[in-house]
Amino acid sequence: MLVNVPGPWSPLLGRLALSEIPYTNPILAPLFVVIVLAGIALVAAITYYGKWGYLWKEWFTTVDHKKLGVMYIILGLVMLFRGFIDGLMMRTQQMLAVGPGDNGMKAMGAIHGYLTPFHFGQIYSAHGLIMILLAATPLLVGIMNIIVPLQIGARDMAYPYLNALGLWITAAAVFLIMISLFVGDFSHNGWFGYAPIFELAYSPGVGVDYWIWTLELVALGTTLGSINFLATVVKMRAPGMTWSRLPIFTWSAVSANIIALTSFPCLQVALALVGADRYLGTHFFTAGFGGNLMLYTNLFWLWGHPEVYFVILPAFGMISEIIPAFSEKPIFGYTAMVLATFAIAGVSWIVWLHHFFTMGMGPYVSTEFSIATMLVGIPTGVKVFNWAATMYKGRLTFSAAMLWAIGALFLLLIGGLTGMMLSIPAVNYMVHNSVFVVAHFHMMLLCIVYAVFGAVIFWFPKVFGFKLNEAWGKIMFWLFSAGTFLVFFPMFMLGFMGETRRLDWPFDPHWAVWFDVQEIGIVVYVLSVLAFLWMIYVSIRDRAHHRVGADAWGTSRSLEWLTDSPVPFYNYAMVPHINARDEAAWRREHGFSQSRPDHFAAIHMPNNTGVAVYIGALTFVIGFGLTWRIWWLTVAALILTVLIMIYRSGKGDPGYVISAEEMEKLDRESRQNMSDGQQHLPKGGGYTGGTVTAYSAAASDQRPQGTPPGNSRPLS
Amino acid sequence: MSSSHDKPVDPNQVVLWSDDYEGHDVISTRTFGFWMYILSDGMLFATLFAAYGVLSYSHSYYTGPTPAQFVAPWYTFIQTMALFLSVLAYGFSMASLKTGSKAGVINGIMASMVLGIVFVGLDIHDVLRMISIGVTPEVSGGLSAFYALTQVHAAHIFVGLIWMLVMLYQILRKGFTEDVVGRLISLRMFWQFQAVMWVFIYVFVYLWGYMS
Ligand code: HEM
Ligand SMILES: [Cu+2]
Repeated sequence: MLVNVPGPWSPLLGRLALSEIPYTNPILAPLFVVIVLAGIALVAAITYYGKWGYLWKEWFTTVDHKKLGVMYIILGLVMLFRGFIDGLMMRTQQMLAVGPGDNGMKAMGAIHGYLTPFHFGQIYSAHGLIMILLAATPLLVGIMNIIVPLQIGARDMAYPYLNALGLWITAAAVFLIMISLFVGDFSHNGWFGYAPIFELAYSPGVGVDYWIWTLELVALGTTLGSINFLATVVKMRAPGMTWSRLPIFTWSAVSANIIALTSFPCLQVALALVGADRYLGTHFFTAGFGGNLMLYTNLFWLWGHPEVYFVILPAFGMISEIIPAFSEKPIFGYTAMVLATFAIAGVSWIVWLHHFFTMGMGPYVSTEFSIATMLVGIPTGVKVFNWAATMYKGRLTFSAAMLWAIGALFLLLIGGLTGMMLSIPAVNYMVHNSVFVVAHFHMMLLCIVYAVFGAVIFWFPKVFGFKLNEAWGKIMFWLFSAGTFLVFFPMFMLGFMGETRRLDWPFDPHWAVWFDVQEIGIVVYVLSVLAFLWMIYVSIRDRAHHRVGADAWGTSRSLEWLTDSPVPFYNYAMVPHINARDEAAWRREHGFSQSRPDHFAAIHMPNNTGVAVYIGALTFVIGFGLTWRIWWLTVAALILTVLIMIYRSGKGDPGYVISAEEMEKLDRESRQNMSDGQQHLPKGGGYTGGTVTAYSAAASDQRPQGTPPGNSRPLS
Repeated sequence: MSSSHDKPVDPNQVVLWSDDYEGHDVISTRTFGFWMYILSDGMLFATLFAAYGVLSYSHSYYTGPTPAQFVAPWYTFIQTMALFLSVLAYGFSMASLKTGSKAGVINGIMASMVLGIVFVGLDIHDVLRMISIGVTPEVSGGLSAFYALTQVHAAHIFVGLIWMLVMLYQILRKGFTEDVVGRLISLRMFWQFQAVMWVFIYVFVYLWGYMS
């Protein structure tokens, strides 16, 4: 059954050997040293300040959806940075390598530029995989994790423990792809994998195996998460939160998670079959023996296209929350918005073939898929017009979050229109596999990134109790936008000039000037990263001056703005009763915004557990063992996982109860913490420290941003 | 716009906090989530069926054997019966759960397990038989797909058997707690779903394969 691998293999270490560690590579070796030193410094610092217990108790073992969401977002941001560095390396390579001559720096045996084709291939493969599945997805899942339960008035997700499991399995995937930098190679077949190049005969190394198991792990984590989201929204809504009052962001989370739940199994199967080919010698996607190459491509995009809508729909939801808040108007066309969301989700299932029109399936099939693809434009257009109409005659505040949301609309416009061009098979045959396509989907994916930055700025005060620095948020926005413009508009040009994607050596000297422009864009992006870090630093330093009340922006609309900022661990002292769509706005307009519950009831909360961390760690071991074919390790980790699961199921979680009296006290403290102007003293985390702030900030400055609330103009 | 915003509201009438809200129903929430899992499992099988469909042309079998030459529908029919009876036994066990009879539940699950073991045993025997006549997944894409579909199903049955074992232990240790009852209901869904999947496999892979 098991395939014989080329090269050495031992029962104890599998394919692992010292020679697999690239200590001679002039990029990776120093990077490794830096990371190890940074790691040692971090561990030392945590030990010195005695924070291990705090981290373990308050963060690693938590089942609190807000903390898990914050960790998802941190994970996503770190991977966004890693993916960005990949992008920077690719841009630099193309800038250096362009032209007919031999201009290699010979640093690593490269004839063109400074990267060999094999190394370059690994970078673009890792870049794509990381950006879509380990950056965008965790960022979106993290924000959904924090906001969805708050928006429906729940105390937590339906299955808090499963939620933690999803996070730690995703983290395992992140570790797996990161370790591929330093142990062995990564795949060089692109993020979606070309059949049959990923077969063992053509890719004998461990790169493809890393790729398979990383994808399998994220797929697993995301599927678990999607089950949780759907159950939460269906089963845990507070009284009065009818379907027609559900905030748009929650609606978009529902639709996105329906997509995830139904499409990720396709990916899991597709990759498991690749794995079967590589490990067991089957012939699903081989070029001979009755295998079918296009079966892989179909199965992959059968997941792949729904996946792109899985990531864009939550982003649409975020835009739909930010724009009304800063236009001081309810969202225009609520029902149309919801229907459009589900229309997009539905159509996303029947368009996958547009990723390989050039397969040549004949005019009828191509036409079908072409028209289906174009249909997506209708609901998307409805959404764009609804956002525009929401802003129309609104009282606009161009805060940083609003700028990001509006920027996202522009990117959506460009990406959507170029997508429409690509959906015409005749056009597609011309530009398929050119960087025009790359520019198209970067517009769409950057639309997501813009929405995420907007959402982070928008909801940050809810979670942490203070606002991010507006000025630096705006500086970052403009730098980021300049970078986007400089990098991706030349890419459209280059596409028309015939540059195909994934060139380690762009041979045509006419392209050179555009590569130089793109490189400038990358430098501007680097500045925006610095601006982001500075924004975080400045905001934390000055947090005392940017404390907020429950309604952080003064013009916020949906339910989450009713509860204290930072959100206490129990979310709502008393579960609110929902009276209207946009409950927070409704209460503000009717003069109830200051009312708090005057009596309390006992509540039931889940306990923390370390089991999720252990299982996450074991899934990493399983992925690593499979990649290196260390069978005993894989089997041992698998059995251990099952035993831990059985053990945990036997133990169960009785949870704990907070009595009504205690709730009253907690609520008083939380409110005190929110409005206290005098307290400069740092306070520990836990109950009153709120979700995340380890220090309660001082000097409350409750002046709302923008115009005073209360008299927002309804559209009539 | 939305009318509720414009109506005057009587502050003494309005309900702002849900006083008598009991929280969500644990069992029904768990059951709903498990339904969602079943949906994703269904997609998993659907994808495998698609792969099987694409890889069941005559050229997919390369020069090797086609199902018509090695499947044994009568043999597999016994498997079908074992699985159906197992589901029936599990159904009896759940009927006893309604009356709270521990013995009834345990007997039902044990019968269900025995029949499930028969199913897996027959499957393993069948696989060994096919391997002995040279029908292995490495032979052709068509056989790869055949094995993937049938053995992924068998793996599900295996997992279900372990789950039953765990449930027996939990029933004995803890009795019918909320958790245990919820898990028993989920297991029922799981077991019935695997039987439904088997119907498709039996029809499309074994019967159809035999005839074509
Ligand atoms: C909503 C967010 C969208 C995202 C995230 C997205 C993403 C992508 C990605 C990743 C690819 C390239 C796959 C590859 O070759 O590696 C792609 C290609 C394509 N997209 Fe989009 N897309 C989106 C929306 C649209 C829309 C609205 C349309 C058209 C109405 C569209 C039409 C296409 C077409 C036709 C291709 C295939 C181009 C080719 O490979 O030749 N996309 N898209
Ligand atoms: Cu697509």
